[in-house]
Amino acid sequence: MRSDRIFGAFGVALAIFYIWAALQTQESFLSDVVGPKAFPVIIGVILGISSAIIFLFPDPEPHWPAFGRIAEIAGAVVVMVLYAEFLPVAGFVIATAVASAYLTWRLGSTVIQSIIAGIVISVSIYVVFHLLFGLSLARGPLGF
Amino acid sequence: MDVFANLADGFVIAMTWENMLFAVLGCFLGTIFGALPGLGPSNGVAILIPLAFSLGLGPVASLILLTSVYYGAMYGGRISSILLNIPGDEPAMMTCLDGYPMAQKGMAGEALSLSGIASFVGAFIATWGLIFLAPQLVRFALLFGPAEYFALFALAFATLGGISSTNQAKSAVAAMIGLGLACIGVDTQTGVPRMTFGEVHLYDGIDFLVAIVGLFALSEVFIFLEHRHGQADASGKQMTIGRLTPPWSMIKSCTPSMLRTSVIGFVAGVLPGAGASLGSFLSYSMEKQIVDREGKTFGKGDPRGVAAPEAGNNAAAGGALVPMLSLGVPGSGTTAVLLAVLLSLNITPGPLLFTNNPDVVWGLIAALFIANFVLLAMNIPMVGIFTRVLLVPPRYLMPAVAMISFVGIYGLTGSSFDLLMMIGFGVMGWVFRKLDIPLVPIILGTLLGNQMENNLRRAVTISNGDWWTLVGSPLAIGLWIVAFVGFVLPIIIGRTVKSRMRRDAESATVD
Repeated sequence: MRSDRIFGAFGVALAIFYIWAALQTQESFLSDVVGPKAFPVIIGVILGISSAIIFLFPDPEPHWPAFGRIAEIAGAVVVMVLYAEFLPVAGFVIATAVASAYLTWRLGSTVIQSIIAGIVISVSIYVVFHLLFGLSLARGPLGF
Repeated sequence: MDVFANLADGFVIAMTWENMLFAVLGCFLGTIFGALPGLGPSNGVAILIPLAFSLGLGPVASLILLTSVYYGAMYGGRISSILLNIPGDEPAMMTCLDGYPMAQKGMAGEALSLSGIASFVGAFIATWGLIFLAPQLVRFALLFGPAEYFALFALAFATLGGISSTNQAKSAVAAMIGLGLACIGVDTQTGVPRMTFGEVHLYDGIDFLVAIVGLFALSEVFIFLEHRHGQADASGKQMTIGRLTPPWSMIKSCTPSMLRTSVIGFVAGVLPGAGASLGSFLSYSMEKQIVDREGKTFGKGDPRGVAAPEAGNNAAAGGALVPMLSLGVPGSGTTAVLLAVLLSLNITPGPLLFTNNPDVVWGLIAALFIANFVLLAMNIPMVGIFTRVLLVPPRYLMPAVAMISFVGIYGLTGSSFDLLMMIGFGVMGWVFRKLDIPLVPIILGTLLGNQMENNLRRAVTISNGDWWTLVGSPLAIGLWIVAFVGFVLPIIIGRTVKSRMRRDAESATVD
């Protein structure tokens, strides 16, 4: 119930914002009859209407996990964001080993297992995709 | 006949050493993706698309690789259904009903090989159906103008939500989010930037591959983190496989079921929005009605109950390729991902595909036949290898999946910004799954948004700004009516079908 109400309200807000953003589009002097605004506005309108319906007729509440589990997901997101940011700095092998070791650990392995798994995952991806297939991966200060 | 000449050309294209290697590799990976609970065909193809491009494969080779993965995943889904009573992917849900009881009786090997044969029969018949039906549909589609195409896209969105969600408002929201994302970036017709807020990274638009991998693969990782699956592998170890060939009498008794359900599955696959899950569901319930009216054997390990849904879902997988190739409008989640493959290869599916790129079409169809035989060979004698893959705990597997997703996207664009966006899509996918908002319309929206808008603008421009042109021909009106019915009908009957599917599956997994 409540989740759907929040989502519906969010959707309506998003729709209004989207229509506003669409109307901000600078029209070019060389435009076709329809122009670049019409289609996004139509989308925004339908988005708004369907979000309002969700708000008015919500489904039963989904099963949200306990706080601890949500924190778990948030932690993984933080690690992934750091991974994305540090990938060009630290290089592929190191960044990937750290990130996958963290995920393995959080999915229930022991610390030592996780470190080994992280290194194995990272090195095998590097060997298969970089050395074998020649895919260019981020190069770190150590050259890999 | 024309068809056979074309098919022969297709085999010439597909039968190079390199392409055969990709077919085998794709089948192998696909079966693994299908077998692992949580990683379905959409995930498998989604993770591999960016890799196929980063590796610089040609259009024919990447298509062969990825469709082999698609067919392979359809085969593989049954393995964990039978051995663990956990469907490897959604279409394999119905296979649990009789497959797991068979395994409990010590007939796991027979169930696996019989379902392998049933998968082969279903996919084989469906590929022939594809060959004969697709060109007919192309002839029909050549009558389409921009207005009709716009209506056709609307139809695709209207019908897609019907099965994938119980709430049509939610599938509409999902479709609009997808279309809305597609509008971001420089407008293709006038060259002005839209919704970019001055962010240079957004000028090119959002790469749909980033959205697909984030929504499907990364959100799956989050689901695993939430539940911390670790014990899913425990029960598989004690299961004895037994003999790996079904007795002839069993195959014989299942043959009529396989043939019937292949046809049903194929039709379900061709219909927009239905896809493989509905194919296997319809097949199973129909066979139950026909051969087991009193409900004595079905659900208790009847081989026909294994053969029917497997033939049905593989036939549906083939059937779903018909609208995707001939109209450019996918009928299911996985074919939407396959459409992404074509679009990123700069091949626009639709009626012109058959005349402009016959090599791609017929090479692909030939590859499907090859994949089928490879899969049959892989799935009967080598099924033991795949059952061993199931023993790899998800806690090692999911991090690898996440990292391979990152590698694919980074290899493609080389930008951290895209990785961040992919993480954002992953979180969005997780929240949306919780709220029962279907993800497939989002994908379809990002894929088709630009084409849909271009057709709209072209149609209105041709008629000098008259918007009524969108309903200006009988064909367009017909498409709009089908779209409307397809959107409204599930509100009335969709709930019952979906809840029956869930109930049947739950009653199977509870005991």
